[in-house]
Amino acid sequence: MLGVGLVAFGSRLGRRAFVVGAIPPAVATVWVATQLDSVTSGRPVMERLRWVGELGLSVDLRLDGLAATMSLIVAAVGVAVLLYAPRYFPPDAPDLGRLAGLLVLFGGAMLGLAQADHVVVLYTCWELTSITSYLLIGNRHTEARARAAALHALLVTGAGGLALLGGLVLLAQEAGTYRLSEILASAPREGAVVTAAMILILAGAMTKSAQYPFHAWLPGAMAAPTPVSAYLHSATMVKAGVFLVARVAPFFAATDLWRPLVLTTGCCTLVFGGLRALRQHDLKLLLAFGTVSQLGLLMVLFGAGTPATTTAGWMLLVAHAAFKATLFMVVGIVDHQTGTRDTKELPPLGRGWRSVEIVTVLAVVSMAGIPLGAGFVAKELAYDALNAGAFAGSGVVLAAAVAGSMLTVAYGARFYWGAFVEPRRRGVTEQTPAAEGPSLASLAPAAVLAVSGIVLGVVPGLGDRLATASLTGFGGDIPAVHLALWHGFGFPLVLSALTLAGGAVIFLSDRWLQPWLARGGALPSGAEVYLAALRALGTVSTRVTGFVQNGSLPVYAGVILLSAALLPAGALLVGRAWGGWPTFGSIREGPVAVALIAAAIGAAIVRRRFSAAVFLGVAGYAMAGLFVLSGAPDLALTQAVVETLTTVVFVLVMRRLPARFERQSSLRRRVGRIAIAAAVGVTVFVFALVAAGYRLGPPVSDEMVARAVPDGNGRNVVNVILVDFRGFDTLGEITVLAVASIGAVALARVGRRTAESSGEARTANIAVRRLAFVDVSVRVVFHAVLMTSLWLLFAGHNQPGGGFVGGLLAGCAITLRYVAGGIDEVRGRSRFRPWTVLGAGLLLAAATATIPLAAGGDVLEVAFASLSLPVIGAVKVSSALAFDTGVYLAVVGMVLMVFESFGDDPAEATT
Amino acid sequence: MTVMLAAAAATLFGLGTYLILQRKLSRIIIGLGLLTHGANVLLITAGRRGAPPIMGTGEAATFADPLPQALALTAIVITFGVTALLLALGYRSWLLTRDDEVQDDVADRAVARTDVVHDEVVDQAQVIAREEAV
Repeated sequence: MLGVGLVAFGSRLGRRAFVVGAIPPAVATVWVATQLDSVTSGRPVMERLRWVGELGLSVDLRLDGLAATMSLIVAAVGVAVLLYAPRYFPPDAPDLGRLAGLLVLFGGAMLGLAQADHVVVLYTCWELTSITSYLLIGNRHTEARARAAALHALLVTGAGGLALLGGLVLLAQEAGTYRLSEILASAPREGAVVTAAMILILAGAMTKSAQYPFHAWLPGAMAAPTPVSAYLHSATMVKAGVFLVARVAPFFAATDLWRPLVLTTGCCTLVFGGLRALRQHDLKLLLAFGTVSQLGLLMVLFGAGTPATTTAGWMLLVAHAAFKATLFMVVGIVDHQTGTRDTKELPPLGRGWRSVEIVTVLAVVSMAGIPLGAGFVAKELAYDALNAGAFAGSGVVLAAAVAGSMLTVAYGARFYWGAFVEPRRRGVTEQTPAAEGPSLASLAPAAVLAVSGIVLGVVPGLGDRLATASLTGFGGDIPAVHLALWHGFGFPLVLSALTLAGGAVIFLSDRWLQPWLARGGALPSGAEVYLAALRALGTVSTRVTGFVQNGSLPVYAGVILLSAALLPAGALLVGRAWGGWPTFGSIREGPVAVALIAAAIGAAIVRRRFSAAVFLGVAGYAMAGLFVLSGAPDLALTQAVVETLTTVVFVLVMRRLPARFERQSSLRRRVGRIAIAAAVGVTVFVFALVAAGYRLGPPVSDEMVARAVPDGNGRNVVNVILVDFRGFDTLGEITVLAVASIGAVALARVGRRTAESSGEARTANIAVRRLAFVDVSVRVVFHAVLMTSLWLLFAGHNQPGGGFVGGLLAGCAITLRYVAGGIDEVRGRSRFRPWTVLGAGLLLAAATATIPLAAGGDVLEVAFASLSLPVIGAVKVSSALAFDTGVYLAVVGMVLMVFESFGDDPAEATT
Repeated sequence: MTVMLAAAAATLFGLGTYLILQRKLSRIIIGLGLLTHGANVLLITAGRRGAPPIMGTGEAATFADPLPQALALTAIVITFGVTALLLALGYRSWLLTRDDEVQDDVADRAVARTDVVHDEVVDQAQVIAREEAV
């Protein structure tokens, strides 16, 4: 059923989208209706879809009486609203498809919420309704006001949702199950955990149901289009909170804190909302505060947690959905026809409005609790239940309920009076010409809802079985509920009469009351807290950003390096894994170590850029020496060649840069740098010593050595690791190389297209500067070096060498050509563009890696073939060679790219 | 691992760090180079050291550990790529400013100096709150 919500999501059907969107809720209505028989005879409909089995997550749905009631409301009002919406929006309004899709999506989420039997499913649907509500309130997203209101609603209900999640999880952990029905069926427990869970769940319910002092988002949410307000913010979404309370009340009602908390909040909301509603002259805002008030009453009735109050709440829930959605639709019609919903500006609504007026009266009758309306039945039940005094303080609650109901009568009258009577009294003026009546089609959904409210008021017995089924949460034998229009003479009837009279008095003494009511605006509410929190959030995040992200690269690097030094150092100090001092070192290592240290110091302190680069080169060659000593000829070769190339690249770039490093920075900064550097150095030193004496298991590479020949078919274990055992790494690496060299070319060449056009004039220049003997010797050596690089490539699998070294050596050969003839010489030698070479290499390597996959093997699986070639003799060709060739080509391509980036003549680059 | 090589690695790391904390891109690049060397020293000395790991040339037990070698080889080549990229950055910086100094991010500095936060949504929320308090 949830999935159905997505159907209309992408549709761009304009106004017709709403009609399409009405189908899923209509289907849902019919489905729930067909299940009613089963539900009311005490057999809840269960559904279970496995989701993430490992985590014990499943989509559990359970349709019991309460869920069926809520589902029916959601689905039926959904149909009405979606059929009403096409008449409300002008045909050319933008994004109607989106709106319709969101409404349907919301309906789906709401149905899920009503029927959820798994804590996580409940929470997910809860948040889904918050998010769709956010999107729907902010429907007119070009208006800052709508955005602000939407954000307010999202933040408040979202924060409540998080609290709810916390509470539900606490409760589920305590009960040992995540199924809602099982949790609630278990014996209620006392204790800190249950109390915390209760408060958190209540926080979720109260924010969602706009209880004082969290109510402020609901009036703001009236920025939404009226169909949205009618659906989400009166009939369904705001009911989620009270629905949840109704679910958990039987479980929590016995705890000490539950009733005081819920009843106080509910009563405050009830009275406060009613008083605020009396201040409004915007019809929609009036209804919004009326909703706040009614939600307070619902909170009281469900929260009281006795079967009698819950029955009253059930009746009010149904009645409220019908009359409030109707009234919202009426406001929408008025707004649509006249362009205003302010009672002070409304034009007189004449003949054509007779039908609207009747519908309004029917709804107001139900809202005010006048006999024959469904609201009357609810009110009688409520008074009766509260009068029974089943819990402490019920008298106070009863008084609050009566007071709140008086206010409801008063603002109901105010609504009718303000919309119809008052404008008529003013008569037609120049500013306010009479408005045309609406079409019957736009009124029909509202009329159906209003009439259903009256039908339920006259024959409330229709709901008997469902109301009874909604009480199953209380367990045990609940006597069947009999809803009746006439409860006989008694105290509740007296109270009802009193309510009507009081409401009339309040309405009539409106003029004297207004100054008093105006002071109510000064009452503290959650809005100030929300604003302050929002501002504080902005300020704090700006401060934090300003502090953490201060824009200075040295500071970032310093923080990273310092934490990289201090965290392991701390671990080393705590761990005390000291294996004793290792040996000092052999004689042969002496020169290498000294050279390394000296070169490093040199690179750090010299003031000339070239010298620093040369010192780095020295360190690199010292490394090559170390590799030779350590039994790593591959590394030594690679390091030596790389160092050569690196130095060349440095020279290419640094010939442009100033020769020396200028001004030293302040002493303070230098000290800071040295401190961080020392910390890093010391940590590394200690780490190296500790790690030396701390080997736990046999190295994994023993197995690699053993399997090199049988599995990898190569004798050079390092190369086998690179192209076979860890071939994926290598593939990733050459990809990085490709990206880096593309980046380098892009950075160096951007915006230089103009310079290229004048390149021909200089070709002659370069030719003149050529030296004959360099030219000749390069031509001789070039091919020799190239051949060597190819030999390294082919031999690499069995002897020191491989694609990397080969490619780099070929790069050196290219460098020679560059020295002889500049960039044009390099370009002339290669028939292919550098990026072609690079890409071909990458492609070859990737293809070698993936083709075995297509053939049904594993990635990078190696295949062999023995060929006997003339002259060379028998050659064993393995697919690893193809992979290595890819690496070779990629590296060559990269070197070509580097020359392409920096190789241009300086004169050219300055233009 | 020997004390001597540990000292060499530590020096490389320390001085590399010192250079990375500078503002001149050339020095940062050189610092990064030193840091890589230091890391490679650690890598290569972490495993067993011995004869070149080439089958058929001796007893497998005397071989140097090939895995750190493969890792170091990767590191060396990657560093070359990174160096080229960073040099391109320096080159670009030179094209634009005739220098290779890494300057502070102007927008970030502006945020750091901001005192008052103006947020349109917050302002609007306040307007709504005032209207409703009427």
